[in-house]
Amino acid sequence: MSKLVAGAALGPEQFRVRRADLIRYAAASGDFNPIHWSDRVARAAGLPGVIAHGMYTMALAARAVTTWSGDPTSIQDFAVRFTKPVVVPDDDDGALVEVFGLVKDADEDGRTRIDLTVTCDGERVLGMAGATLVTADA
Amino acid sequence: MSLDPGLVGRVSPPTPLVAVSRAQIAAFADAIGASDRVHHDAEIARSAGHADVVAPTTFPIVVAFAALEAFLADPEVGIELRNVVHAGQRFAATRPVTAGDVVSAVLRVESLRTIAGTDIIGTCTDITTAQGEHICTASATVTHRTPEPGT
Repeated sequence: MSKLVAGAALGPEQFRVRRADLIRYAAASGDFNPIHWSDRVARAAGLPGVIAHGMYTMALAARAVTTWSGDPTSIQDFAVRFTKPVVVPDDDDGALVEVFGLVKDADEDGRTRIDLTVTCDGERVLGMAGATLVTADA
Repeated sequence: MSLDPGLVGRVSPPTPLVAVSRAQIAAFADAIGASDRVHHDAEIARSAGHADVVAPTTFPIVVAFAALEAFLADPEVGIELRNVVHAGQRFAATRPVTAGDVVSAVLRVESLRTIAGTDIIGTCTDITTAQGEHICTASATVTHRTPEPGT
C-alpha cells in the first residue's frame, strides 16, 4: 500500500459500460428494474434512456479502490450518493465511467480514507463518495 | 401525501436464510469485472487467509436488496415502488461475505424527512450469519416522491 500516502492522487481508472454489462449485472444482483434494460420504460420514467444500476457504478468504484490497494477485501467502509444517472446508449461504445481517488490522512486506527470522484462525460455521477481501507499490514 | 413519521424505528422481519454459493459470488464478480482469483478459486482464497472464496465489496447488496424490496412493497408502508429512487448507499463491513455463509438480513428505518413533497428514507440493514455473526451493515437512502393529484 506504499502509494496510498496522504495527498496522493490516484487514477483515473476507466470502465466501459455497455448494455450487455447491465443485463449481466441485473442477473447477478437480482435487480431487474426495467429502467436498466428498457428504453421505453426508462423514458416513461423521465430518463433520456436506459441507465446503469447505481449499484453497478458503485461496484466499479470499489474495483478502482481495490486496484489501488492491491487487496480486493481491503474496503471496510464504502459510501456513495447517486447524484446523476449513467446513461448507457445502445451501441458498441456504451458509456465511459472514470474513477479518481485522493488519499486522505490515515486515522488513529491506521485506516486509510480515499475520497472518490466518479464521472461520466465529465460530470459527477456519484457524490460524497469515499472508502475506508483496512491497512493492518501497512 | 407524505409517509407516516411513525415508520422511523420500524424493524422488518429477517429475510429467509440463504446459503451464499461459490457460483453466486463468481457470477457477481464476473458481472462487475472483478477478476481477482480470491473471488473465483477456493484454494487461492484459503491461501490468502479466507475460509472460502470471498465476495466483492458491494456483494452484500444482493442480500440487502431482498430486505429493501420487501419493505418497499409492504402495503402498510404506503410507498409506491415506481416513485422510489435509490439515492445513496453505504456498506460497513466486519468481514467479506464468504461462500458457505448462511445469511439473513434485518432492515430498520433509521430516518424519515420530507422536503418539498419528497420523502427521504434512511434504512439500515444488518446482514448476519445463522450463527449471529455480523458480516455487514448496508445502509440505503431512498427517496419517494408522491405525484400531485391530477398530474
